[in-house]
Amino acid sequence: MSFEPATADTPLVEIRGLRFLRGSRPIFDGIDMDIEAGKVTAIMGPSGTGKTTLLKLIGGQLRPDAGTIRVDGQDVHRISRKALYELRRRMGMMFQSGALLTDLTVFENVAFPLREHTDLPESMIRALVLMKLQAVGLRGANGLMPSELSGGMARRVAMARAIALDPMMIMYDEPFTGQDPISMGVLVQLIRKLNKAMGLTSIVVSHDVAETASISDYIYVISQGKVVEHGSPQNLGRSDSPWVRQFMDGLADGPVPFHFPAPTLAEDLLGPA
Amino acid sequence: MNGLQWLGASALGFFRRLGRGHLFFLDTLVALPANWLRPRLIVQQTYAIGVLSMIIIVVSGLFVGMVLALQGYNTLVDFGAEESLGVVVALSLVRELGPVVAALLFAGRAGSALTAEIGLMKATEQLSGMEMMAVNPISRVIAPRFWGSFLSMPLLAAVFSAVGVLGGYFVGVGLLGVDEGAFWSQMRDKVDFHDDVMNGVIKSIVFGVVAGWIALFEGYDAVPTSEGVSRATTRTVVHTSLAVLGLDFILTALMFGE
Ligand SMILES: Nc1ncnc2c1ncn2[C@@H]1O[C@H](COP(=O)(O)OP(=O)(O)OP(=O)(O)O)[C@@H](O)[C@H]1O
Ligand SMILES: [Mg+2]
Repeated sequence: MSFEPATADTPLVEIRGLRFLRGSRPIFDGIDMDIEAGKVTAIMGPSGTGKTTLLKLIGGQLRPDAGTIRVDGQDVHRISRKALYELRRRMGMMFQSGALLTDLTVFENVAFPLREHTDLPESMIRALVLMKLQAVGLRGANGLMPSELSGGMARRVAMARAIALDPMMIMYDEPFTGQDPISMGVLVQLIRKLNKAMGLTSIVVSHDVAETASISDYIYVISQGKVVEHGSPQNLGRSDSPWVRQFMDGLADGPVPFHFPAPTLAEDLLGPA
Repeated sequence: MNGLQWLGASALGFFRRLGRGHLFFLDTLVALPANWLRPRLIVQQTYAIGVLSMIIIVVSGLFVGMVLALQGYNTLVDFGAEESLGVVVALSLVRELGPVVAALLFAGRAGSALTAEIGLMKATEQLSGMEMMAVNPISRVIAPRFWGSFLSMPLLAAVFSAVGVLGGYFVGVGLLGVDEGAFWSQMRDKVDFHDDVMNGVIKSIVFGVVAGWIALFEGYDAVPTSEGVSRATTRTVVHTSLAVLGLDFILTALMFGE
């Protein structure tokens, strides 16, 4: 896989004025983001704010209602289907649900992108797959079917699959959810290590504030369709914005609502007048 | 006003789906030729769709043939024409019952399975996952299954007819005492290869395309929930059956209705 790392002043992913609606409900309402090449960028925000949606927009699976997303200089939603598929080959994505192919073994799942996109000999594929599985600690599970894995294991297999083609960029959707403290620690280090060793650009979506902050170079906090704060972990740690404080410290009270938008409880309980 | 709105909304929904269905069909057609570069996928699907449907096809074909012989004999014997039993059985099977009943059984056995499989793949994000790996699910998942039904259907219909003729033979010659020589020789004289056999084959090819298309589209377009997949599966069986019967009428009128 060859790619030219974007230079420092042009970010690998550039989001401008992004607006996206689900029905008539805006999920994003004018978001600007720059994701620098070679860095680990974290996207944080309360559940249901649209982090997964944002990754799908970047991957070109959803179309924005307004605004542009450029990846490596190409407008994801304007380029041809062929060019989009070319681009996707260089992006790995680890789905929140894993999205493993249920009729293939763990080994074949990780081998899948290699078999689809390369003509490597079987011995080479085997070596590559086992290496990737070793990295996530699941080499021994290579013969299992996805239905025989726990949620945390499935996610680690998905991670091995996302790095199978040595992409230029990986999007991790909640990589730490469902991991025990040990594998969590390993994965945190792995994301950092991959980023360094392979010159990857990583986007990590996560709720695990401390772990994510410890490996990221830059953090975006989104809430209610807007970027409410962004900066390096140090700066965010010092920030006195109530949004950030509430989120970083896990406080129940603050500007970030815990509840999905709704009429007041009293109105709902009393029913329509 | 509400009734009118509802009517408008459902009409719009219907035409949207129809449009999506045709776009889906076009996408599939475009993806078909490249599949031959990886024949293993086609073979796998032809096995899953065709070979695994054999049992139900063979058993049903046998019984349908036997019933045809019983019923045909009762009518023919009144006219002293029971020697023509072979012709009656073979013509009914080759022209009509083979393609049609095989297609109906196919919708229940293989079509519903295809819809449920694709629908679940969608619901568990396997199709999105493939897209993000730059693998087009239409070429990787849909097209081989379309080949599978396209190739299987004529063969299944042929097997159905052949087994049905055997069933008719057992009952007619074995049980009811129709003359064996007359049974076969009349069949050979009166069943025309081009007019009867080929027209039956054409029907089953059309049914294969339609059954595959409906089953795959319903799965691909299913609402990605358990309920959505279950509805889509039901729709596959219902729509395929109606489409097959309707098309059979049109094709028969075109082929045999001078
Ligand atoms: N297919 C869909 N149809 C309609 N609305 C949807 C759909 N998928 C998601 N949404 C809505 O979009 C919003 C964002 O969803 P998304 O999955 O991106 O959240 P998230 O930030 O990833 O949450 P979590 O941290 O819980 O994974 C949610 O409020 C949800 O209600
Ligand atoms: Mg999510």
